[in-house]
Amino acid sequence: MYPPNFEYYAPKTVQEAIGLLDQHQGEAKVLAGGQSLIGMMKLRLAQPAALIDINRIPDLAYIREEDSSLVIGALTRTAELGRSDLVRARYPLLADAAGEIADPTVRNWGTVGGNVSHGDPGNDLPACMMALGAEFRVEGPKGARAVPARQFYQDSFVTVLQPNEVLTQVRIPQAVPGAGGAYSKMERKVGDFATAAVAVQLGLGKSGSIDLAGIGLTNVGPTAIFASAASEFLTGKTGTDADLRRAGDLAADASRPFPDNRGPVEFKKEMVRVWTRRTAARALARARGGK
Amino acid sequence: MAIDAADTPRTPGPVTTRTIQVTVNGVTHSSTVQNRMLLVSYLRERLRLTGTHIGCDTAHCGACTVLVDGVPVKSCNLLAVQVDGRQVQTVEGLASGGKLHPIQEAFHEEHGLQCGYCTPGMMMTSVALLARNPNPTEDEIRRGISGNLCRCTGYVNIVKAVQHAAAKTQTSVPGGH
Amino acid sequence: MAQPETVHGGIGQSILRKEDARFIRGKGNYVDDVDLPGMLFLDLVRSPYAHAKVTSIRKEKALAVPGVLAVITGADLAAAKLAWMPTLMSDTQMVLPTDEVMFQGQEVAGVVATDRYAAADGVAAVEVDYDPLPVIVDPFKALEPGAPVLRTDKGKKDNHIWHWEVGDKAATEKALKESAVVIKERFYIPRIHVSSIETCGCVAQVDAMGKLTVWMTTQAPHAIRTVFALVSGLPENQIRIISPDIGGGFGGKVPVYPGYVIAVVAALTTGQPVKWVEDRTGNLTSDSFARDYHIEAEMGATKDGKLTALRVKTLADHGYTDAAANPSKFPAGLFHIITGSYPFATAFVEVDAAYTNKPPGGIAYRCSFRVTEAAYTIERMVENMAHHLKMDPAEFRLKNFIPPEAFPFNSALGWTYDSGNYAGALKKAMAMIGYDDLRKEQAEKRRKGELMGIGISSFTEIVGAGPAKQFDILGIKMFDSAEVRIHPTGKVLARLGTKSQGQGHETTYAQILAEELGISSDNISIEEGDTDTAPYGLGTYASRSTPTSGAAAAMAARKIRAKAAKIAAQMLEVSPDDVEWKDHKFQVKGVPEKSKTMAEVAFAAYTTNPPEGQESGLEAVDYYNPPNLTFPFGSYICAVDIDKETGQVKVRRFVAVDDCGVIINPTIVDGQIHGGLTMGFAPAMMEEIPYDAEGNNRAGSFLEYLLPTAVETPKWETGKTTTPSPHHPFGAKGVGESATVGAPAAIVNAVLDALEPYGVTNIDIPLSAHKVWKAIHSKDAA
Repeated sequence: MYPPNFEYYAPKTVQEAIGLLDQHQGEAKVLAGGQSLIGMMKLRLAQPAALIDINRIPDLAYIREEDSSLVIGALTRTAELGRSDLVRARYPLLADAAGEIADPTVRNWGTVGGNVSHGDPGNDLPACMMALGAEFRVEGPKGARAVPARQFYQDSFVTVLQPNEVLTQVRIPQAVPGAGGAYSKMERKVGDFATAAVAVQLGLGKSGSIDLAGIGLTNVGPTAIFASAASEFLTGKTGTDADLRRAGDLAADASRPFPDNRGPVEFKKEMVRVWTRRTAARALARARGGK
Repeated sequence: MAIDAADTPRTPGPVTTRTIQVTVNGVTHSSTVQNRMLLVSYLRERLRLTGTHIGCDTAHCGACTVLVDGVPVKSCNLLAVQVDGRQVQTVEGLASGGKLHPIQEAFHEEHGLQCGYCTPGMMMTSVALLARNPNPTEDEIRRGISGNLCRCTGYVNIVKAVQHAAAKTQTSVPGGH
Repeated sequence: MAQPETVHGGIGQSILRKEDARFIRGKGNYVDDVDLPGMLFLDLVRSPYAHAKVTSIRKEKALAVPGVLAVITGADLAAAKLAWMPTLMSDTQMVLPTDEVMFQGQEVAGVVATDRYAAADGVAAVEVDYDPLPVIVDPFKALEPGAPVLRTDKGKKDNHIWHWEVGDKAATEKALKESAVVIKERFYIPRIHVSSIETCGCVAQVDAMGKLTVWMTTQAPHAIRTVFALVSGLPENQIRIISPDIGGGFGGKVPVYPGYVIAVVAALTTGQPVKWVEDRTGNLTSDSFARDYHIEAEMGATKDGKLTALRVKTLADHGYTDAAANPSKFPAGLFHIITGSYPFATAFVEVDAAYTNKPPGGIAYRCSFRVTEAAYTIERMVENMAHHLKMDPAEFRLKNFIPPEAFPFNSALGWTYDSGNYAGALKKAMAMIGYDDLRKEQAEKRRKGELMGIGISSFTEIVGAGPAKQFDILGIKMFDSAEVRIHPTGKVLARLGTKSQGQGHETTYAQILAEELGISSDNISIEEGDTDTAPYGLGTYASRSTPTSGAAAAMAARKIRAKAAKIAAQMLEVSPDDVEWKDHKFQVKGVPEKSKTMAEVAFAAYTTNPPEGQESGLEAVDYYNPPNLTFPFGSYICAVDIDKETGQVKVRRFVAVDDCGVIINPTIVDGQIHGGLTMGFAPAMMEEIPYDAEGNNRAGSFLEYLLPTAVETPKWETGKTTTPSPHHPFGAKGVGESATVGAPAAIVNAVLDALEPYGVTNIDIPLSAHKVWKAIHSKDAA
């Protein structure tokens, strides 16, 4: 219930934060919202020697469109993501997801950056970022690099983020006419991790067929999963019921769920199948101009 | 839960502390705290504001909910050092000049509490909910308080209390609570 | 109670609660709020293994942690003969192990430190070596010949704890054989946990005079005091147990937990106050589990649907010791209420208990001493029988209920039900939910292949333990008490032997006394929980407070009235025979304008010469030995819709009609029902503590032990009928647990009703989506 002690720093710039991380050689962790990290420290599952609190760094919390992208600062609270008029109007997938992470109180302090970089297969935003084709700006001692979300996650709690790097921004391709997305989370109760959750982002071409499709799966594998075969399948299709069903089948095939109190493997795969189909239908309806 | 008994615990290093300035219920405190001190411990043990309660280890129950800069947070899942320079409001700060806050009156009048343990957290969440959404539907209230668990009431009268407070606040003079 | 003039706050009024004043201000005084000078903190090292020999415990690293003052082990306690303690069922339980640990999460050592963070550091630094031993988690396997014996410390040769039976075995066998229809079903009711938002804890302090005071999360402070005296050898008048504000009890704060004993030992040895507050993981893995009953039930009926006989065989998993908080003559509690609302001519019940490598307990979670398990079984079987006979379940029950004129009713298993009107409650529930319309809608939906279900539960509860000839806990009879004193200025102070954990006693007892004394409830103060001042009582659990201490309060008030009447007669200058208590006043018969209020009499009791043969002052004590238990009842109807593809169940409506006899405060009763229904819904749908084959607890935190939020919890609809208890002083029965007892069967019956096309007769709770999905998809003929 109470963590061991640690050193604590509150740097004022990203460079300072990186310097401190570098100095501690893998023994320090970034503290953003801390809603996952502090929990692990209280149970003594994580025992960093130092915490680098980045909340004093200005200009790390924002949601805006620029350079054909939606950019979100890493310190943006997930509650703000859910309330943003811009996100609700043009990025409904993210608005859906922001309302499903943990519970409303945890969302007030947890951050977008934390949710995408913590590496828990139960975190909701990674699959969304995969579906959206997002990339993350990662800053370290050698400068900044852009890592596509689809390449960011390696294993449970293991990402390509190095111990001396900070994720500072999420960049998502800007919404264009014909874009629509949705996120569905099947959970046993509010606050639970998903039994299965699916993110679907679609882009319709002028002919009305699907030009762009991205499907991400939450908590049905050691990391969030980009369902590439399902996504490729939908590309070029018109989106009939049969198309959506087939996408569900392919997404289920891509999933690698573990059995737990939520259910056995067979059940979870079936849920991926069902919820992929249903979520794709919602994304399609939104892409076609509905709600 | 599977605990690995062979885990080597970290030997505690030199105690590391920090001096913070926190304004709690309008009063600014300067305190030296261990970096690891949870905000809930700071409030309960250092400031003796025991109205904020601990109910779990995993930030699910919400009994520890307080407002930080007006926003509900789970004080068991924040470090005291994280609120350096910030404003914190607890249940003890709801009443003003001896007069109860409408939310407190509403919980009382609607029998929205039984053992009282989840109540401070519920009220803090409700205060912020109504500040943002002064006329919520029942479903919006239920979603809004879904970060606060209650074992006694089954939530029915808690919802009524929030609705009562909403109605009371709207009929009061603008600029009031 | 048809009095033309009511007293403010009398029985039947929904007055606001007095105790709220401190809770809404955050000024409650819970155990963790107690702060004493020099107070130390106790934290516990817990076993990661379900069964192991503890080969060594090394304290050095822990003692080197700054702030840590002591590490207490079983060896330390054994020196004071405190390593083991008796349980409430006269079994034995470890405080700390000297040899083996018996369940994952068991307390292994205590660390005492200057603050709780240092105590946590100390716990992490204690080094314990374990030699794992074979684990038994299946009680059936535990009873197989050749199974490893768990309680060798007791000289046992097997894992069987006790066998208990009641009823007529031969007659039931015969009746079942002769029944035209017999159905059989097996139910497993898994372990759940009360999980009050406040965990358990205490502060133990020994003063300069050697008196031990313990602030404790306990529902039964006097019983604890006596147990402590017997176990520790300290004189009972040198022990004070204070049960302050309790953040939810539900039966989980009745047993004596090792943490309490270790804290007391630490206080005695350090000379300083010691606080212990368990964390949620300790709470979920080591204390107050409930249920864990494996039930096999058989029920017979005639071909036109009249119930004939009931036979039940149960295996009870008690963990490593029988520490259930049962009345001593009833190791399976009041499970034999299982004939329920129906007049079975014959029935037979047998229960066997087994040891396993799990925490001890069994009685908790609003169970009324195993009535949850019994009511679930009977109401599931009755519903199954109705479906089997293709009869409407409501009609089936109405055909079979014990009729109102049969009360007091002697059940086949030995209970005398005081009063009941089962058909009245069911019909009201049917009207409230629109039962016939729901059945029509269901027929429509079935044609379209949509899954909608309606389920009923018409339960009979049994509470108010209990009459001295049958009920005791560790030998202490289960009376309860009230001491009432009226001050010269007409204000009342009353103390009772029960202990509220949120039920509103400071308000409801005041209402009883207001009604009986004619004094406004505003002028009546209620105290409970301090054993130095409160009269002896057995505490609050199993919905016993209103039937026992509530009765005692009324009886004490009537003793006061008898005394006051003589004073009034003296003041009115008439003979006592000419005075009557009417309109909450003492009146001269036939001359109502000549009257005295109780307040006026109270003043006189202290300021005038008392009547001949009577003392000054105005107070009374009553220790109430109830003549019988009370039998609240109700009918609940639930409507659900099921998502066929995912197995997710949505409770669309839930109507609860309860009858708890005379109601003291309708709003408070509704609050108890709302909370009780939620604690019936949650085990039906999502709560469970599963153990894997190695004895690992798979729900040791709120990540996996799922308490419903306001989003999942249905919008409860409540109604009442009122059938007073004929033997209770004011006709009340008690209600705290009824809804938890009655709700699960209604929900499960609804889900199975929805799944009728699939021919499923049972799914064990909790009804998680994957179980419902499996039931649909393994038999889907579509």
